Amino acid sequence: MSGVEKIAVHVRVNGEPREAQVEPRTLLVDFLRENLNLTGTHIGCDTTYCGACTVLLNGRTVKSCTLFAPMADGGEITTVEGLSINGALHPVQQAFAECHGLQCGFCTPGLLLSTLHLLKKITKPTDKQIRKAVAGNTCRCTGYQNIFKAIRMAAGEMEKR
Amino acid sequence: MYAHPFSYHRAKSLADASKLLEQLGEESRVLAGGQSLIPLMKMRMARPTALVDINFVPGLSDIQVHNGELRLGALARHTDIEMSDAVTAIPILHDCATGIADVQVRNQGTIGGSLAEGDPSGDWGATLLALETSLECAGPQGERSVKLEDFVKDAYTTVLGHDELVREIIVKKPPKNSGGAYLAFKRSASVYSTASAAVQLTLDGKDGCKDVRIVLACVGLTAIRAKQAETELRGKQIDEQTMRRAGEAAREAAEPQSDMRGSADYKRILVAALVKRALGFAVRRARGERVEAGHEYVGR
Repeated sequence: MSGVEKIAVHVRVNGEPREAQVEPRTLLVDFLRENLNLTGTHIGCDTTYCGACTVLLNGRTVKSCTLFAPMADGGEITTVEGLSINGALHPVQQAFAECHGLQCGFCTPGLLLSTLHLLKKITKPTDKQIRKAVAGNTCRCTGYQNIFKAIRMAAGEMEKR
Repeated sequence: MYAHPFSYHRAKSLADASKLLEQLGEESRVLAGGQSLIPLMKMRMARPTALVDINFVPGLSDIQVHNGELRLGALARHTDIEMSDAVTAIPILHDCATGIADVQVRNQGTIGGSLAEGDPSGDWGATLLALETSLECAGPQGERSVKLEDFVKDAYTTVLGHDELVREIIVKKPPKNSGGAYLAFKRSASVYSTASAAVQLTLDGKDGCKDVRIVLACVGLTAIRAKQAETELRGKQIDEQTMRRAGEAAREAAEPQSDMRGSADYKRILVAALVKRALGFAVRRARGERVEAGHEYVGR
């Protein structure tokens, strides 16, 4: 390939230690999908716009198409695969399912993680806070109304727990 | 999309970064948050042969108040600034931090990277020019302090040497009877603003203007200080008429280009409106009111 030396990237993904040798230019999203076979994180626009590739890195959402994998070295990553607990849907996933907060589902992994990130900071978000929290996640199917409904439901469910 | 191949170097300190940049030569670049550089590299509009990653340098993202100065580490992420209690005393900074791009980009992008890039559409450049701001820069010859007005030379061009880096941004706290606001008009969250205005105004009594700074972004090769607009207000009563005049003078100071974000005429009209509105927020804040301002979107 390029002749550039590969480097080791060690991360914890969904609680599991993982590592791979990659070219430095490997994007975090490709590292997750191609090297670690975690294909739940999607590549949408690939230009830092749509947010389909959103994952949590050290507790904060990032667009994994806009990070080189070595930047995440030593970090803690949560992808959509890490949400369900013993096969049971996470309350955020359950709420999206019940409210029809998705149609084609391509943007959903990113939206789920942006929602989780919001609800960890703000347990009872206002409509404005919800809109702002997912402003970096583009959905081309739903028109967003059911997504907002799902986030409101998820907030209620997570508060009960 | 893949960037052109590059070699990756992780700096242990700023001195180390500076040394690496010198060794690796002119085609090497600093990697901070990467939220502008990485998209440029993926589109092959930038093709550095080596990157010096400063994200692992410790102690570069502290935010603290010291002797009436706010000190922001170059690696402070926009989100860190948005969430910082130290920043709430200067609302214009919060306006800026809370509206840059979207949550994910704010979580990763840094204030030092934004300033060092010198993008004329960048939000920090205009916001910080409305305040008294200086940059502590570290290079092979040691440190130097550069005033922000002397820092940006042209679009995407700063006074930083190839092996020099921003270490810290120092903002002088405005006086008590001073208020500011940053208003940016965007088509959607993830895009650059169509135009934006930063205003910091100090009152003389209830509605006299003791001092004011008005800065525009996205409408020229660098952020533009609208000095004639300031003259329309400084030493005068602030009312509907003087604020309108300031807006009109700011429109004249703008040098916008027509592009996909809007025509040059449209941007000029937008600038006049943004300046007038920002002045309104700044005056209310200077009087001690708590008002929410910041980025605004089409259709809201």
